[in-house]
Amino acid sequence: MIGLLVATVSFGALLYLAALGELISEKAGVLNLGVEGMMAMGAVSAFMAAHQTGNPWIGLVVGILAGALTGLLHGWFTVVLGAEQVVSGLSLTILGLGFAAYMGKNVVGRPPGAVLAPVDWGPLTDIPWAGPVLFGQAPFVYLAVLVGIATWFVLSRTRAGLALRAAGESASTADAAGHSVVGLRLCAVGIGGGLAGASGAYLTLTLTPQWAEGITAGRGWIAVALVIFGAWRPGRAAVGALLFGGLLALKTRLQTFGVDFSPILLSMLPYVSTIAVLIAISVRARNRPSPAPAALGTAYRREER
Amino acid sequence: MKRRLFGLLAAVLTLGLVAASCGSEGVTTTRAAFVYVGPVGDAGWTWAHDQGRLAAEATTGVETAFVESVPEGGADFADSVRQFIDDDYDVIIGTSFGYMDDMLALADEHPNVVFEHISGYLSNDTNFGNSFGRMYEPRYLSGMVAGSATMSNQVGYVAAFPIPEVIRGINAFTLGVQEANPGATVEVVWTSTWFDPVVEGDSAQALLDKGVDVLAMHQDSPAVGEKAEAAGARWVSYNSDMSAFAPNAYLTAPVWDWGPRYAEIIEAARAGTYTPAPDGYWGSMADGVVALAPIASDVNADVVAAVEARRAEIIAGTFHVFSGPINDQDGYEAVAAGETLDDGALLGMEFFVQGVIGTLG
Repeated sequence: MIGLLVATVSFGALLYLAALGELISEKAGVLNLGVEGMMAMGAVSAFMAAHQTGNPWIGLVVGILAGALTGLLHGWFTVVLGAEQVVSGLSLTILGLGFAAYMGKNVVGRPPGAVLAPVDWGPLTDIPWAGPVLFGQAPFVYLAVLVGIATWFVLSRTRAGLALRAAGESASTADAAGHSVVGLRLCAVGIGGGLAGASGAYLTLTLTPQWAEGITAGRGWIAVALVIFGAWRPGRAAVGALLFGGLLALKTRLQTFGVDFSPILLSMLPYVSTIAVLIAISVRARNRPSPAPAALGTAYRREER
Repeated sequence: MKRRLFGLLAAVLTLGLVAASCGSEGVTTTRAAFVYVGPVGDAGWTWAHDQGRLAAEATTGVETAFVESVPEGGADFADSVRQFIDDDYDVIIGTSFGYMDDMLALADEHPNVVFEHISGYLSNDTNFGNSFGRMYEPRYLSGMVAGSATMSNQVGYVAAFPIPEVIRGINAFTLGVQEANPGATVEVVWTSTWFDPVVEGDSAQALLDKGVDVLAMHQDSPAVGEKAEAAGARWVSYNSDMSAFAPNAYLTAPVWDWGPRYAEIIEAARAGTYTPAPDGYWGSMADGVVALAPIASDVNADVVAAVEARRAEIIAGTFHVFSGPINDQDGYEAVAAGETLDDGALLGMEFFVQGVIGTLG
């Protein structure tokens, strides 16, 4: 049972990191369906850097940078050139997965150079239940919590966050207020890519310290679904991340508990619950505005106002 | 001047083409091409096949080529094969179950090319055969090592899909575990994937959380071993010697050795004597297609000796893994004393033996 909770938090953080990135990007009005591709780029780059240098922290930084650069490619296409966001995002998934496989060809099946092991909190880890679940985790889990709080604070409590949200709600208003919509959106997409890269690095530096083509296995898509599930709020997304992370952890553990339930059906649940939330949102939207950023998915060109 | 040059070039090219086609008709140099489902660096299934290719190339002196990561069930497989045939490869070996129907069609299309499929069940009478190995034999031996290594008498098994090949492996492993340690159980977790390191690793972790201290697997990545290493447990890998991933956890592994079989196919094709094995080729430890990798040096010498003795008996044909009495999971007799399951029963195996904890999907 403790094992289930430990795995829930650990998978939850994996999804939460990527989902926060997508949330920031969408809050600025840029839908990025390339999370899976950015994760793969982060995963392979982090692994290769750690393999080369033997230092997992360098791996993490390189993974974040690789994710950010991949994300900025999407930013260049959609924000600067005004390309269709859905098409560009889907292409980014395919490109990222393919390019990561190409880059990582020579490190497939190699033992890791370095691993980001769980943080040792000393006596705190020995507390029953809470110890292993809260204090026995890898650095990525604490990173996810910090980034989650920072995202909430910046978005809802600072002028920069207000400007970013304006770019996503009404780009022309943000523009009129003197903010650079292109700058804000590029920034958001870059940070989003970096967080997806961090999530990928979590895969190859901690969860399964190895690189293999297809290691992301659709988890980037769960992160996209998570943003909708969390109604574009960092706090609700955290709850959703724990829920979806719990489902991932249950997939294998349900069998060891002796419960006869198909693991295939279980892996469907995140998507099914996201659809349920989408339905709930649209039903509610009859009398209340949708929680989605109003300008989400649309390119902004000043001349076309 | 320009036009004359062009004409000359055309003539040379035509001559070249004629010469080239004459060449391929006249002097038949056998060349073998391999199509893999995964990357050769996967340390598992595809890696083992590529080692076989290299060994066959060394023994036969025949030129070989390969293409990796070719997905099943798309146009890619047939495209790669046609490309190889255009380049005068006359032996095509496909190493994934899902290539089977395409291979049969291509074999009918190209009667002069020898096709060999790994792990399927279809063949024709002339140029399309299939090969596989009795992996359950070394799995039994690896079970003996695992059964001796467990302190908690709980062994875990991370498995992909509940199909006969995997079930047979789990049963053989469990029978081996119980020969060494009659009280031990083998708990199975299904991952519903051949390859997803995160799920494989987490399944291993779920079993470790339940108190398992030895893990075996029917998966293609070494993720299970990494979890075993981190938890201080022991590990039986699969496909190839994966000790580099978990040097302390690694015990042994049931492994493939495709070299001799591939050399045999290529030699037969070169001599023009290739005929598909009527019911498919199902190679055993005696044939050398399957084997047990070296056992870790810290394993007790008595255990190693017992495994060696069994290995000799299996190779000599005096010991059969699925000889009765064998009870099924619920304690009912599955194989009576003195009986041995035939190949048909083995290939369609749909029950767990006593001592396995888990459901058939």
